[in-house]
This record gives sequence, structure tokens and C-alpha cells, in this order.
Amino acid sequence: GKHVEILDAKTREKLCFLDKVEPHATIAEIKNLFTKTHPQWYPARQSLRLDPKGKSLKDEDVLQKLPVGTTATLYFRDLGAQISWVTVFLTEYAGPLFIYLLFYFRVPFIYGHKYDFTSSRHTVVHLACICHSFHYVKRLLETLFVHRFSHGTMPLRNIFKNCTYYWGFAAWMAYYINHPLYTPPTYGAQQVKLALAIFVICQLGNFSIHMALRDLRPAGSKTRKIPYPTKNPFTWLFLLVSCPNYTYEVGSWIGFAIMTQCLPVALFSLVGFTQMTIWAKGKHRSYLKEFRDYPPLRMPIIPFLL
Amino acid sequence: IQGWLSHEMNPSVTATVKLGQNGKESGLGGLETAEVLFQTQSLTYSKIRGKWLVLAIAMVRFYMEKGTHRGLYKSIQKTLKFFQTFALLEVRIIPTSVLVTGVQVSSRIFMVWLITHSIKPIQNEESVVLFLVAWTVTEITRYSFYTFSLLDHLPYFIKWARYNFFIILYPVGVAGELLTIYAALPYVKKTGMFSIRLPNKYNVSFDYYYFLLITMASYIPLFPQLYFHMLRQRRKVLHGEVIVEKDD
Repeated sequence: GKHVEILDAKTREKLCFLDKVEPHATIAEIKNLFTKTHPQWYPARQSLRLDPKGKSLKDEDVLQKLPVGTTATLYFRDLGAQISWVTVFLTEYAGPLFIYLLFYFRVPFIYGHKYDFTSSRHTVVHLACICHSFHYVKRLLETLFVHRFSHGTMPLRNIFKNCTYYWGFAAWMAYYINHPLYTPPTYGAQQVKLALAIFVICQLGNFSIHMALRDLRPAGSKTRKIPYPTKNPFTWLFLLVSCPNYTYEVGSWIGFAIMTQCLPVALFSLVGFTQMTIWAKGKHRSYLKEFRDYPPLRMPIIPFLL
Repeated sequence: IQGWLSHEMNPSVTATVKLGQNGKESGLGGLETAEVLFQTQSLTYSKIRGKWLVLAIAMVRFYMEKGTHRGLYKSIQKTLKFFQTFALLEVRIIPTSVLVTGVQVSSRIFMVWLITHSIKPIQNEESVVLFLVAWTVTEITRYSFYTFSLLDHLPYFIKWARYNFFIILYPVGVAGELLTIYAALPYVKKTGMFSIRLPNKYNVSFDYYYFLLITMASYIPLFPQLYFHMLRQRRKVLHGEVIVEKDD
């Protein structure tokens, strides 16, 4: 068997010595052994590396395959309190769903007291509530039943950052759309119908992509493959972009912005678009790095442009 | 000053150039590139410092002639606005944290354009002189420091000034800014300036009065961070302390 010593990456203090470790042991198993001696550092918050300033070793890496002698020296870094991705997503999405409804039903202390629990006389306001709520219910269900996450956890502080963003914008948008002084779209029913069509198409498109990505990866595995169009016409966007789910998402919000003709919604769409473009470019780059035969026509998020 | 600087430039300047107090060396390929970058930087620093000196002299002269600070802002405002806005470039040139410089530059631009320029009644407030003096002295010290650092001829007292003056000047400047914004509030409320009300076509509203209140509140988390950042820099530079940063 091999010996493993774990040192603190910053202070070089010897934290743990494991003797008689199986050469076939994975990093995940070593992390579990380390937790036994330091229970406050559960495996998800451990980063183990061969070099104090180097990259983290993966859970699947096998001890035997690492460039070490009979005693492996690993450096430990505390990643801080972790929270599961599922928990973060559920909290992020439940917030806007609930908050929007508070404004829609004109719960007291938001608008003047004479408006408490009154209802808007504009059809588009009711339609907007249905669309917004549908969007977040869809996201919640996808988080529970569709998505396969490659990482288990993220740092705890992310949940505060993310929730501030989602909940804050939801409140800001909902305040104006459900306001007693709300002004319906300039081009009336025509504008609303067009916007609704865009919204529905993009919601279906986004869902189709999520399903296609799920089918790409078998349950429990972390393998990565190039996504291709399937029989579903909504997935044909894969011919032109790497991340059509983001493309459709931006489209949904543009539809919602046109439907409500509300500047905060447009700003939310813009901020979301900026963030998703950054993610799409990153994903696109890692596809290109990993697969030699990656289709050259594809752009990250907008066909031919971006 | 500029003539003296270019006279100092000679082809035997080596390719390792010290960029600012971080001491980061640039291994630039080719003597020429290093030299051009070096010249541009030092000229820019001394130009900027020159402008702040001009401003300082104008302010002193005004006070000596008129005996009052009334009308002072009006007389220097063009120069101030011009190169305060020009200072946007600073974020690219100065080798400090982009975030710290960014916060400083945007708060200066905010003060100059959105407060003193737009709200004329407060231009004669004493608090305006307070932050103008703080900014002027800080900037002259800072740019002298950058200029001399580049030339490797850094007199200790400039380094001392750069890392000690701020201890008084930061709070004085912040006090001046906050008092000025506070003085502007009644006027903003009365006129409803820069504000959008409902109902309107784009279903949005903006209240400049509340925006200013929030801005004032934001000094509470922001100012201590900037201040402690400078204090840490000071301990590092003047006392050679090695400080382990929390996150790399």
C-alpha cells in the first residue's frame, strides 16, 4: 500500500497522515478518510492538490496514476462552506415565483391602501403573470427532474449573490407590471400576441434543449459528448450554436419585455444576456478544446454573430 | 518638467521596467517597446500631476484675491470637469486594482457632473472646498509618486506623503462629498430633477432623491474598504510587512 500525507496549502502544517492506502484508491476515498480525522471539513469543501498553487485533483483520479512516490504529499485547501446546486436552484427560482405573485395580488404595503387586493383591468397584466409563473415553475421542475449536474456543490456565498439577483429583479419588474398606473403596450393586442408567440416558442425550445442535453448523458455519469440536432425541430438550433438553451432563454425574456413593454424587464434581459454570453463562450471554448471534430459553423450563443 | 524627463531618456535604459508600486516587472520583448511604454507612462503621469498643480494654484490665487470661497467652484469648474472626465483613462494606465480605481473615478465623476455641475445652489457650499482640497492634494502626491517611481529616483518623503497623507485626506474628502450631497437634497426634492414618474410608456420610474440617499448610504460599506486597503498597502510598503491575503 501507499502512504498519504496531507498538508495545509498555506501554512504547510501537517494535517493528516494516512498509512496503508490502497494504490487503487480514488481521491474521493482519500477525502472521506480525511473527513474522519477532521469532521468539519466534509469532502465537498476539500480541495486536494499535488502542488499548493496548482489545480485541484478530481474525485475520480486514482492514487496510483498520480506522479508521486511511495508517500504521496497532498496539499489541502478549504473551499469554504458548500451548498448543493439543487438547493441553490430551488431557492433561486422559488423566490421570483412567490414574489411576483405578491405584487400581482397587490398585497398590502406595496401600492396605496386603496389598491389592496384589487385586480388589474388590463388583460396583458394577467397574461404576464401566467407567463412569468409558468417560466419559474418550469425551471423548478427541470431542476428536480431534468438536469444532470456535473458538480455537486458550490460555495455558500453564491446563494446570497444569486438570490439577490433573481429576487431583486423579480420584485423590480413585478412592481411596475402590476402597478395601478401600468400603461399597456403601445401597439395593443397585436404586440401582445406577437410577444406571446415568441415567448411560447422559446419556452418550448429551451425545454427541448434541456431534454436533449439530458439524454446525452446517462444517469450518474460525468461524460461529455458533442450535442447534435435530434428529430425535434427545436433542437435544430444546435446546427448554428453551441448553447441554444441560452439562445432560447434570451428569446423568452425579449418576448416578455415586448409583451409588457416594461423597461426593467428589458434591462433584466440585457443583464441575463450578458451573463449567458459569458457562459456560452466558456462552454464553446471547452467544447473546442475537448473535441477535435467540433462543428466549425457553430457560434456560442447567437447564430453567425456571437 | 517634460523637457527634463525626455532628456533623462537614453537608449541604455534596460528592458526591465518597474511598473508602479506593485513592483511588477514587465519582461517586454525589445528595448524599444519597453522604452516607448515607459515614456508614455511617465509623461502621462507628469501631465496629469501638472494639471492638478494648475488647479491647486488657481484655487489658492482665487482665495488670495477674493478672500472668500464663494464663486471658487465656478472659476475652476471647466478645468476640473475636463480632466476629471479625462481621468477615465486612468483606470487603464494606473497599475493598481481596477476595482479600487474604478470606484474612485466613478465617485469623482458622479460628484462633478451629477452634483456640483447640475445643482447650482450648492456650488458655494464650504463642503465643496473641502473635497476639492482633499482631491487636489491627494492627486498631486499620488502622481508625483508614480512619476518618481518610474524614474527610480523616488525621494523618501514623496513615498511617505503618498502613504500617510491619505489618512487625513480620505476622511476629509468623504466628509466634503457627503456634506455636499446632503446640502443638495432639499433642492433635488423640490425640483424633482433627473426623475421619472408613473404613468409612462415604458413603465419605469426613477427618483433621484432616493437615489442620492442610497448613494450616501453606500459610502458606509465602501469607504472603510478603500481606507483599509490603503492602510494595508501602507504597512506593506513603509514597514515591509508581509500580509497573507485571504483568497488567491
